[in-house]
Amino acid sequence: MVETIRVTSEAMAAETIASAYAQGRSVEIAGRGSKWPFGRPIHTDMRLETTGLAGITLYEPAELVMRAGAGTPLEEIEAALAANGQMLAFEPRDLGGLLGTTEGTQSIGGVVATNLAGPRRCVAGAVRDHVLGLRAVNGRGEVFKTGGRVVKNVTGYDLCKLLTGSFGTLAVFTEVTFKVLPAPETEETVVLHGVDAETAVRLMGRALGSAADISGAAWMPAALAEGGDRAFLRLEGFGPSVKARRRYLMETIVGGTVEATVVEAEESHSLWRNIRDVRVFHGRWGQVVWKLAVRPSDAPALLQRLGEQTDGEAFIDGGGAFLWLSLPCPGDAPAGLIRGLLPDGGHATLVAGPEAERAAQAVFQPLPAPLAALEARVKASFDPKSILNPGRMA
Amino acid sequence: MRMPTPDPLALGQYRQLIEGLRAIVPGEGVIVDERELAAYESDGLTAYRQLPMVVVLPETTEQVAAILRLCRDLSVKVVPRGGGTSLSGGALPVADGIVLGMSRFNQVLEVDYLNRTARVQPGVTNLGITRAVEAHGFYYAPDPSSQIACTIGGNVAENSGGVHCLKYGMTTNNVLGVVLVTIDGDVVHLGGSALDSPGYDLVGLVVGSEGLLGVVTEVTVRILPKPETARAVLVGFPTNAAAADAVAAIIGSGIIPAGMEMMDRPAIHAAEDFIGAGYPRDAEALLIIELDGPEVEVNHLIERVVAVVEQRQAGSIKVSTSEEQRLAFWAGRKAAFPAVGRISPDYYCMDGTIPRARLPEVLDGIAAFSRKYDLKVANVFHAGDGNLHPLILYDANQPGQLEAAEAFGADILRMCVKVGGVLTGEHGVGVEKRDLMNDQFDEVDLDQQRRVKDAFDPSGLFNPGKMFPLLSACAEQGRMHVSGGATRFPNIPRF
Repeated sequence: MVETIRVTSEAMAAETIASAYAQGRSVEIAGRGSKWPFGRPIHTDMRLETTGLAGITLYEPAELVMRAGAGTPLEEIEAALAANGQMLAFEPRDLGGLLGTTEGTQSIGGVVATNLAGPRRCVAGAVRDHVLGLRAVNGRGEVFKTGGRVVKNVTGYDLCKLLTGSFGTLAVFTEVTFKVLPAPETEETVVLHGVDAETAVRLMGRALGSAADISGAAWMPAALAEGGDRAFLRLEGFGPSVKARRRYLMETIVGGTVEATVVEAEESHSLWRNIRDVRVFHGRWGQVVWKLAVRPSDAPALLQRLGEQTDGEAFIDGGGAFLWLSLPCPGDAPAGLIRGLLPDGGHATLVAGPEAERAAQAVFQPLPAPLAALEARVKASFDPKSILNPGRMA
Repeated sequence: MRMPTPDPLALGQYRQLIEGLRAIVPGEGVIVDERELAAYESDGLTAYRQLPMVVVLPETTEQVAAILRLCRDLSVKVVPRGGGTSLSGGALPVADGIVLGMSRFNQVLEVDYLNRTARVQPGVTNLGITRAVEAHGFYYAPDPSSQIACTIGGNVAENSGGVHCLKYGMTTNNVLGVVLVTIDGDVVHLGGSALDSPGYDLVGLVVGSEGLLGVVTEVTVRILPKPETARAVLVGFPTNAAAADAVAAIIGSGIIPAGMEMMDRPAIHAAEDFIGAGYPRDAEALLIIELDGPEVEVNHLIERVVAVVEQRQAGSIKVSTSEEQRLAFWAGRKAAFPAVGRISPDYYCMDGTIPRARLPEVLDGIAAFSRKYDLKVANVFHAGDGNLHPLILYDANQPGQLEAAEAFGADILRMCVKVGGVLTGEHGVGVEKRDLMNDQFDEVDLDQQRRVKDAFDPSGLFNPGKMFPLLSACAEQGRMHVSGGATRFPNIPRF
C-alpha cells in the first residue's frame, strides 16, 4: 500500500507536490476513487487524495455559476442545484457500476479530470464546455489559476479546456468554477419500435438538425432492449414547447410508418439515467467495454463490422456520435482489431476492463507522431519531471 | 505602443527571406512594395501602425508549412492575419517579421447536414459560413458584430463571441476541430467531427490563443438548425439597478434568452437621436430581451418574461409582433457605436466582463471615473453574459484627453477584475490589454501560460508582443480609438 496523503488545503496540496517534485517521486492523484480503474494502470511512489478540499464556496443561481473544492461530492453539488431548479447540463455519467467501484461517489474534480459527459453531450457540449475557471497545482508544486467565474472570457490561454479531461496528468485541481443551467421543466421520450440502426441514426440526425430540438438520441438492439430494436428520442423543456415538439417530431420527422410510443416524466428520466450510466453492461464479469466515437452517420456501418468481426454487443448514444461496446472475453478482440474497424477520424477508448487488459492494450487512441510529440511538450510544460499520474493516459 | 526591439539579424536576412518566400508562393502572393504593404499596417485597432518586412499570401497548407519552416530557420517572426478586424491589435505587424495573410484560404470545403458540421478554410468569413448553409435551414451560431468581414480563422484565434453567447456559446463551443501548422511545419489534426478526441484538448487551447501557437489552415464547425421563430421584448427601467435586477430574475426563473442587451441613458439618447428607434427617452436603462426557438415556446416565454419585468419597475414594455418590429428594436442597439461616434469627435471602446449582479456598482464606479477624468461615457452591455462595452467619449485634438481616456479605460478594466470579472470578454488581449494582464494574473499564472506557449513555439516567433506583458512594460497602452467616426472598417457594424 503506497503512502496516501489526504490534503486539506490548497497550500498543503502545493507543499506535497513541491516536495514530490524535489525528490522526483511520482504521485497518483485521486478524488473519491470512483473512477480509479479508468485509464492505464499506474504504480506510483505515493498517492494524493483531494477529498479534504470539499465544499461549495460560491453558488449564485441567477448568475448560473457555482464554485466548489475539487473533492466536493457530486451528489452535494447536484442536490444544491436541484434545490434551485438547476443542473449540470453536460449530464455527468456515473460509471461506478460499470467500473466495479461504487455508484454515487464521484467528486467534481474527478468529473472534470475525465471530461465524461452524458447523453446530452450532443447538444449541450462536454464537461469542457462548462468549466469556467480552475485553481490547480502543477507538477512543480506551484499554485496557478486560469479562467474566471464569467462565461464570456478571452483573457489569456483557455487552460480550462486543456486541463479538463487530462486525467490528473497535468495538474492537481484544487477548486473548480463551472457554469450551471436551468433544469428542464419537463421531459419525455419518444420510443421508436422495430427500427434498425441505420434508420434510427438517419431519423436521429434529422431530429437533431430540426426544430424538434431533442436532447438525447440513443438506439439499442433487441438483445439489449426488451422486445426488439428501439430508438429513444428525448424531449426536454417547457411544457407547451415539449408538447408542440413531440407533435412535430412524430408528424414531420418520424412519419406514420414507424410504431412510436411516448414515455413520460419519471420513467423517461430513469431510462436516460440507465443510458447515461451504461447500465445494460453492468455486472458482466470480465468484460471489456469500449467507447467508440465517430461521425454519427458512420455508426451503423461500424456497428455492422463489429457484429461480423467480434462477438460483442453494442448500443448507440449521442445520435450516433458514440457506440458503447461490450466484449465478453478479454484478449479475443485486441485494441488493434477494434481500432482497425473504425472509420476515418474515429477513435476508441477502453473504458472498463480487467487490469491486465488495461495494462496490455492502449487504453486511449494512440496519436500520430507529431501530435504525440506536441502533447508530450505540453505535458512537460506543466509537469516537467512527469510525476503526476505518469502513464495514465498512455 | 511599445513593441519588442526589432532583431537586426532577422532584418539582415531580408533578401534571403524574400527569395525563399517567392520560391514557396509564386506570383503575386509575396508583397514587398511599401504602398501595398500599407494595407496590412494595422487592424481594427487603428491607433497603431507598423509595416511588416513582407506580406505573404499562401494558398495551401503545404505552402504555410514551408513558410513557417523558412521563418524558423531565419528566425523571422510571423504575424498571422485573417480579416484584420481585431479590436485589440491581434494582427498588428512587427517590423522584423512577416504577415501571413490567410485571405486566399476562402473555400467552404464540405458541408455535412446529417452530421451538422461544416469544414471550411480559415479565410471564409463568419457570415460566409451561414450563407453557405442557410438554404438548408442551418446557420453558424457565434455572431461577432464584424461578421460580414471577420474570418473564421480570426474567430478561432480570438474565441469571438457576439450577442447570443449565453445560449449558444462562443467560438470555442462551436468549433469541433482544426488543422494546425506548427512553427516546425508539422501539420497536426486536432479534434474533428468525432467528439471528445483522445489526448489533451488542444482544440480548446488553440481557440482563443491569439495566433501565438500556430497557424490554422482548416476549421470544422458545428452548424445548428435555424430557430423557427425569434421575438423580442423592449423594456425601459427607472434605474440601472432595476434593469440588472430584471436580468437576474429572468435567468433565475429558468429562462435563457437568445440575447439580452442593456443600454444606459446616454447610450439610449445617442441611439434615439441618431435613428429614432422608438426607445423611451425617460428611462435610465433599457433592456432588449430576445427569445428564439419553436413558436409555441417563444410565445410562452414572452408571456413569462413580461410577467417578470412587470414586477420589477418596468416603465414601458413593448413586445415585437412582427419580424420588422423585432429588427426595429435592435436597430438602435446596433447603431449605438456610430450614434456615439456622431456626438463625440472620438470614442474608445472597452470590453470587460463582470458578474452580472455587480452591474449597478460597476456603473456607479464608471460614473465616478467619468467625473474624475471629466470625460463622458455611454454604456452598452451584453447583459446576459456580463460583457460590458463602455464607450468613452473624448477629443484627441484636446491636449491630454487621449491619455485621460486611456487611463479611464484601464481603471474600468481593473474594476472589472476587482469585482470578480475579467479584462476582456470577446475582443482579446492583443497589444491593447497586454500590460494589464498582471492585474488579473500573478506571475505564476502567467509563467504557466508562457510555458505552454514555449511547448508550441520555443523561439517565440508567433505573434510576439501580444497577450503577455513585456518585461519592462511601459505605461503607454493601445486602444480601439475611433476618430471623427472614421473607423478602419466603416461598413462593419460594431456592437
